Amino acid sequence: MLKFLVRRLALMLLTALCLTFVVFALTNLHPNLVKLAKTQASARMTDDQVVNWLQLNGYSDPLLVRYGEWLGVVPGWTGTNPETGKPMGRCVNPNAPTAPAPRYCGVVQGDWGTSTVFKQPVSQVVGVRLAATGWLMLWVLIVMIPTSLVIGILAGMREGSRLDRVLSTVSIASTATPEYVSGVVLIVLFGSTVMGFTPLFKHWGLLHEGTLLKGSAASALDGLTFDNFALPVATIALYGIGYIARMTRASMTEVMTAQYIRTARLKGVSFAQVVLRHALRNALIAPFTVIMLQIPWLLNGVVITETLFNYKGFGWALVSAAEGNDIELLLGCSVVAVVIVLLTQLISDIGYVYLNPRIRLS
Amino acid sequence: MDPLSASGILAQFLLRFLPVWVALALTFGLSIPFKRRLGLYGKLFDSPVGMIGFFLVMFWVYTAVFASLIVTHDPLDQIARLKNAWPGAAVPPGEQGYPWYIFGGDSLARDVFSRMVKGAQLVLVIAPAATAVAYTVGITLGLPAGYYGGRSDGVLTFLANLVLAFPVILLFYLLVTPAIRQTGLPMWFAGFMFLIPIAFVVVLINSRFHTQPPKRNLYAGIALVIGLWLYAGAAFDADPLGIVSLDANKLNIFVAVVFVNSPTVFRIVRGLTLDIKSRDYVAAAQTRGEGPWYIMMWEILPNARGPLIVDFCLRIGYTTILLGTLGFFGLGFSPESPDWGSTINAGRKLLSIYPYPAFVPALALMSMVLGLNLLADGLREESLRD
Repeated sequence: MLKFLVRRLALMLLTALCLTFVVFALTNLHPNLVKLAKTQASARMTDDQVVNWLQLNGYSDPLLVRYGEWLGVVPGWTGTNPETGKPMGRCVNPNAPTAPAPRYCGVVQGDWGTSTVFKQPVSQVVGVRLAATGWLMLWVLIVMIPTSLVIGILAGMREGSRLDRVLSTVSIASTATPEYVSGVVLIVLFGSTVMGFTPLFKHWGLLHEGTLLKGSAASALDGLTFDNFALPVATIALYGIGYIARMTRASMTEVMTAQYIRTARLKGVSFAQVVLRHALRNALIAPFTVIMLQIPWLLNGVVITETLFNYKGFGWALVSAAEGNDIELLLGCSVVAVVIVLLTQLISDIGYVYLNPRIRLS
Repeated sequence: MDPLSASGILAQFLLRFLPVWVALALTFGLSIPFKRRLGLYGKLFDSPVGMIGFFLVMFWVYTAVFASLIVTHDPLDQIARLKNAWPGAAVPPGEQGYPWYIFGGDSLARDVFSRMVKGAQLVLVIAPAATAVAYTVGITLGLPAGYYGGRSDGVLTFLANLVLAFPVILLFYLLVTPAIRQTGLPMWFAGFMFLIPIAFVVVLINSRFHTQPPKRNLYAGIALVIGLWLYAGAAFDADPLGIVSLDANKLNIFVAVVFVNSPTVFRIVRGLTLDIKSRDYVAAAQTRGEGPWYIMMWEILPNARGPLIVDFCLRIGYTTILLGTLGFFGLGFSPESPDWGSTINAGRKLLSIYPYPAFVPALALMSMVLGLNLLADGLREESLRD
């Protein structure tokens, strides 16, 4: 078990290293650096000025050296500001340039760099935004897991029944609807003043002003309410529900054909008892894995949904960083993303063994 | 002209799609009587779910084919008075052409209906082609990885997992940018990636006919000529006949979508190969002295076709979703492009007041992906039956 964990963690580290290097290399392509220089300094710089600016701000060293600087295994670049004559550098605090600075400042030292878009330390930006997304994910999971399990179990307990057909089609429809489509449809149905349920409710006199639910979650950062949070949560959950429900159904139909279920039925145990006490526990092993593996997928949905509903979370920060070619914030975001992906994989593997004693870790 | 009523909109909509209805009726009318003799395709008509899926998919295929007959206006034409017009709005007198905007106008006063139809054409060209290329890449790498195993398998699996660990949207933001196009990276990437389908076909032919050189040379020669012609046009926009061309934007999108899809295909093919290679008929072929590529291409691959066909359908749907995602974030496609993702993105700013410009392409995308999913479900059900 320990050996397995160590191997997996080593693989995780290697993956994170490769991944961040790819991100680093792609964000440091020359045209991207030119764009960065123009957004940071002035849009009307000449080519010479751009080269100068890049040199002055430590962007002109070889790629590998600068990746090492970010990692904290190569000393950070240093220089002097030609205007003030004060020292500049990766590790120099721009507000107190003369204070003694450490030689190394990278991820190894716990310094994730500074975001060029938000003008804040990366760790702070990622922390704040991740917390906002955490709330979103929490509610998505609270809505998604019970709904999808119930749908899957109801569909799978009597394979081929009418209930099964209806629920299976609903799950297929939900997996076929990406977030940017379901989000649009939900906003039109619940958050539009001219279409959907709002005009209908106004006509019936049940609603007097505004819309049924809010089509923007911008106000949710100050306080979560059902109004401003229901639609984004539903949008993300909807895409995941179908997939998990289908996997649960497959697992449930398999369990329901097992010998011990037939034995229980022949003993005279009622159908409800068989489903709840005999089938359920075994049928829920596979969905556990699926749910864990679905979490990285939700991350994608989070980016789309946060953009659509203007909710300033992790996905929104990732999009802002990508649009502004904010190298260090993007690296921070990709590390978070890759850790989420690999950690959920690890948990699903370990959990699977824990839940199913017939399987051993090799 | 007066604006159309709700039933008028429906009538005009049905009328405009007349070529599609005729083609659909012909397809179904010709297929159902002969369904017993059409193999897996025929069996599709035994499953209601599969039939609905097939109907939706073929609806969009025929829409793409007959797009120029269906559109009512040029997708880029603007009629200023119909800015954000409601569905069924009448074109003001004095303007030429079709008298209504069937599904209203968008914020730039273009016809929502025509843009939706033209968008279908764009999606239906790129999505299946990109999926097919991703499949050949995944198969060409996945078969040997599963069959030989060992270190090369370990490296390939690690690379596949690496790509899959990227959040897709981050990958798109890194790969589909004007900066990347300036470096020429997509072109070289495509230059490498599009060689794989050609290699795939040539190896396929060679492994089968290498004992009959004249036949092998003929078939491989034909495949090479066609393959290299498509290759020149698609990867370097240098088709000597000028028929096949892919501009830099679309090439960039194409490459990114293939890049995202192939690792998953690789994993599926590798898993299937691992499973199938322990079967008796593979051992029989090995004993006969067949070469490894013959066994992979002509023994293992045909026996893995069931799950692969089903996944191919699902994957075209997924690629459609990816293309929509690209459009939604304004990556790759030019801003006035009528593809569904871009139109949803353009329409979402005024969604609560003028819902139609985003709602119509959203429903179009949903129905097409739903059709592909139902089709895949029907195929899976029917192929499991025997």
